[in-house]
Amino acid sequence: MGKELRYALRRTVPVLCGYLFLGIAFGVLLSQAGYGWPWALLISGIVYAGSMQFALVGLITGGAGIMTTALMTLAVNGRHLFYGVTFLERFRAMGRACPYMVFSLTDETYSLLCSESTPPDLDPDRTLLLISLLDQLYWVAGSVLGGILGASLPFDATGIDFAMTALFLVIFTEQWLAARRHRPALTGLAAGLVCLLVLGQDRFIIPAMLLAAALLVPGAQQPEKEAPHEP
Amino acid sequence: MSPELHTFVLVLVCAGVTIALRALPFVVLGRGGGQPPALVRRLGQRLPPAVMAILVVYCLRGTSFAALSGWLPALAAGAATVGLHVWRRNTLLSIAGGTVLYMLLIRWL
Repeated sequence: MGKELRYALRRTVPVLCGYLFLGIAFGVLLSQAGYGWPWALLISGIVYAGSMQFALVGLITGGAGIMTTALMTLAVNGRHLFYGVTFLERFRAMGRACPYMVFSLTDETYSLLCSESTPPDLDPDRTLLLISLLDQLYWVAGSVLGGILGASLPFDATGIDFAMTALFLVIFTEQWLAARRHRPALTGLAAGLVCLLVLGQDRFIIPAMLLAAALLVPGAQQPEKEAPHEP
Repeated sequence: MSPELHTFVLVLVCAGVTIALRALPFVVLGRGGGQPPALVRRLGQRLPPAVMAILVVYCLRGTSFAALSGWLPALAAGAATVGLHVWRRNTLLSIAGGTVLYMLLIRWL
């Protein structure tokens, strides 16, 4: 377990930076709304969805109804519907760990797992599970810490959440350099930009994913020998 | 319902919908030991680069060109991240470099 843990710790450092800071920000926000760290622990433990948890604080303080909350969650987290498709067989092959792997499929964990090529001397299943577990651990730890600190954060870390953007950019670059065909990447970029310009920043992401998926489905299987999502 | 109970119910609803979204592909596609259809496998292979591109757009969605401070930090730091990565192929270096530059720029501009 030691080797896999050390490897997973190194792989998840970018998520550590982003999740710890965003988690703290969430915990602080929640405590300002009158809900202390046990609530942060509960929400980060069972919801585990970054931007939706911030939206949830607004729903809670606004006294929103069940229907509103369900619809808002569908709208904000709808993109997660697309992530499982990449790992259908991989996660099923992990047996008892499969339900947790499915549950913990956030944007950041999805990105790390997509770009994962475990060294041959490590147990691949254990490594994937550790990456997923560590990511949630960072998120929960950040949230609880934020809930305890309240608004008295000892330093100004504004902007450290750019680590998430940088993580996505790095994985995008890796995939770009490794792939011979760039149609999927360019399709996603075009779908994202067009939908952002047409629909605005609050509701573009699910249409963008649908558009990209619709554009990528047709076309015969290319004789693409290299695994397309490995660096 | 007490306010605490109402909040608890909202948390459960939010968690339930999120889990349902993440689990749906596994529930619907390729059950019973068989392989998922070719179309789904193809989509699963081609989606990651497209999803990464859309997530980058999503992260930068708040970019505004009205003032220098609305676009320069994110775009310069993003370019630095990609540039560093093409140059050294070191994930931590690229992410740390881009993030530090971003944090400096939002303070200076």
